Amino acid sequence: MTEKPSDKPFETPYPTYDVLGKWDSPSFNDQTRRVVADRLSNPPARRFLEEAEFALLRAVIDVILPQPERDEDRRIPVEAFIDEMLFANRGSGTRYADAPPMREAWRRGLAGIEQEARRRHGKGFESLSNDRKQALLHAIDQGDVDPQAWEGLKPQRFFRHVLLKESVKIYYAHPYAWNEIGFGGPASPRGYVRLGSDMRDPWEAREERIPQKTERLSRAGSFRMPSSGRAPLKAAHPTSSVPANGCRWPSLRKTRRSTS
Amino acid sequence: MAEFAENEAVDFVIVGTGAGGGVLAARLAEAGFSVVAFDAGAFYRPLEDFASDEKEQEKLYWLDERISGGDDPLEFGSNNSGKAVGGSTVHFQMVTLRFRPEWFKSRTLLGYGHDWPMDWREMWRYYALAEDAMKIAGPVRYPWGPKRGRYPYREHELSASALVLAKGAEALGVAWAPTPTATLSAPRGEAHPCVYRGFCKIGCSTNAKQSMLVTFIPRALKAGAEIRDLAMVGRVETGADGRATGVHYYRNGAWHFQKARNVVVSGYSIETPRLLLNSASPRHPDGLANSSGLVGKGLMAHSNDAVWGVMEEEIRWYKGPPSLAVCEHWNYEDEGKDFFGGYSFMSQGPLPTDFATSLVSNEGVFGHELRRWMALYNHMAGLKIVGETMAQDENRVELSDEKDALGLPIPRVTFSYCDNDKRMIAHARAFMKRMLQAAGGSDLYETSSTAHLMGGCRMGDDPRTSVVDASGRSWDIDNLFVCDGSLFPTAGGVNPSLTIVANSLRIAERIIELNRRGDLAPIRRGRAFPC
Repeated sequence: MTEKPSDKPFETPYPTYDVLGKWDSPSFNDQTRRVVADRLSNPPARRFLEEAEFALLRAVIDVILPQPERDEDRRIPVEAFIDEMLFANRGSGTRYADAPPMREAWRRGLAGIEQEARRRHGKGFESLSNDRKQALLHAIDQGDVDPQAWEGLKPQRFFRHVLLKESVKIYYAHPYAWNEIGFGGPASPRGYVRLGSDMRDPWEAREERIPQKTERLSRAGSFRMPSSGRAPLKAAHPTSSVPANGCRWPSLRKTRRSTS
Repeated sequence: MAEFAENEAVDFVIVGTGAGGGVLAARLAEAGFSVVAFDAGAFYRPLEDFASDEKEQEKLYWLDERISGGDDPLEFGSNNSGKAVGGSTVHFQMVTLRFRPEWFKSRTLLGYGHDWPMDWREMWRYYALAEDAMKIAGPVRYPWGPKRGRYPYREHELSASALVLAKGAEALGVAWAPTPTATLSAPRGEAHPCVYRGFCKIGCSTNAKQSMLVTFIPRALKAGAEIRDLAMVGRVETGADGRATGVHYYRNGAWHFQKARNVVVSGYSIETPRLLLNSASPRHPDGLANSSGLVGKGLMAHSNDAVWGVMEEEIRWYKGPPSLAVCEHWNYEDEGKDFFGGYSFMSQGPLPTDFATSLVSNEGVFGHELRRWMALYNHMAGLKIVGETMAQDENRVELSDEKDALGLPIPRVTFSYCDNDKRMIAHARAFMKRMLQAAGGSDLYETSSTAHLMGGCRMGDDPRTSVVDASGRSWDIDNLFVCDGSLFPTAGGVNPSLTIVANSLRIAERIIELNRRGDLAPIRRGRAFPC
């Protein structure tokens, strides 16, 4: 199998942005500091899944949300928070009629992944090459599996609505993930002042690199992104969304990014 | 806060404190009735209790298990069900739109659905009262529908994501408007204006958002109502004469009973039918208020399909209320439709996990590709519909055989789109794609979901085809009322909260009038209604 574009490692457009740099600023309040500090310093210990299940889940997470650029102590431990959710039996409010209760769905889904790996390749998921892991998860998403191992659980239902959904809910709730997408992060009590296009408060992330192209969104590289010198002070003049006399929303004029 | 004894019958027990029960608690207490309003959730103090954090704020959602089936199973929790004093309004998106007038008689005037048991002109007055109570920030001129007075507060500045909608609408030659929004654009009392922190959907930590928690609930307390939080009502008790006598509720680890002269169920479209069905008794073998067999039926959601695109410029849609621009063109224009009903759509600003979950559940994307896609976050813009679905008897709430931790039957919900719903969604997706393209969006993709709940205990003029009458009073039990979004006979193509609040103000006035003419269980005389 040749390397697909999707194998190219992710690179953030915001390499120097650190949302935690605002820790002592008016963007953080006490209750938010409490919650975020707990998330950063107390990753839950495994309490629900068996050790083998947990290792398998970790291997699956490393394909769904690979973090090769992070050392182990900087890695977002998605699987630990999933285990904690299962231990607490804290659901999402929805149990699809075609799926078993939450805990059972996870157990069956993980077993389904493992058995599908053995059926196709004669060995467990964790021992597969990265390409094969990806292909296997894609096949599960497409329902292209031996249904017997899944005991009535619909593979795509599990993959998208349980596994992927819960994983991104954890991953993108982490400050390191906020950094990589340039999200402003906690914003109380200060909030924001500059709301218009291409406008940014001084405490927001600066886009330093053009976002990478994605496979699906092939044209998404059409940003006119200067690599340097975008005047940060532009943000201090939020004129583009102030209506002028008698003219309704002149801000509809195309806003231009300074490229000098 | 007042506290009432359990063994003394209060005039009104209200089950739920959201846009239905919260409003009613305030109005009935202000009229001099003794009121205890129950909520299964906590009584939060936003300034101390609400973090700027999506995960933490899941505490505002109703996350108890519900079984969801049908061809298009609903997703519960964040998009439609709150569990806190103030109900779903604590995490609603603050879009406060009025119904199109004809929707109140959609069967007679438009040929689909069911008529509401009141006239739009009656509702127009209550809409104005509701908007004033929540100090809605809106435009001077609203482009659709009959003339209305000025919104109490001026409109908000438009965010970049709102301007995308505006630009697209102007390119396509359809009207758009700054969205009438329930967050302060100027100070009110001790609350300062919205600071545009953008976490509206997970609870406002500055009290700018005009949820029930900061509007009607304080009024209810001031007027002497008791709010009993963290109390799950499991059953409405009825006596030998078949009339309601009070409610059984679970609080502090034990079941209790509160006596009441009247019971109002305001638990929204899942919990209200669930409670009525679970309160069956020898006199009411099919559940309370269910002689029509309609309790739980006619459940509706809004289709919530969206079109997303990548913009050349930075949008940074995490700032400000997420839906600051709206287009109601297809609510008011019937030419060229191949479907009944209407839809509005708004600009979007999902927080990271909200955006990521819609992405993965619709596209199944994972790996580095997922991380790259998410890194376009600050360049994304979107348009999302609030699309009217048809009331169908098959879409319903029932009790399953399984029990929850309190021993109450877990609800089973069935939902499937009908062909009309699907035609509307196809129309809306095509239109929004054109608009987003016209606004400069590229790499468009679409997602589907649903939002809001309506129906399940339809109000009407005929006991055979409705659960309650125009006052929210059950046809079967004269001291049992329903007051929440489950009353909706039709869904309308706008977010339901404002209509729930307005209708609850209307029901409060009618209940007070019923009492005045001696047609209500309380023996007490209410004060004159001050509006």
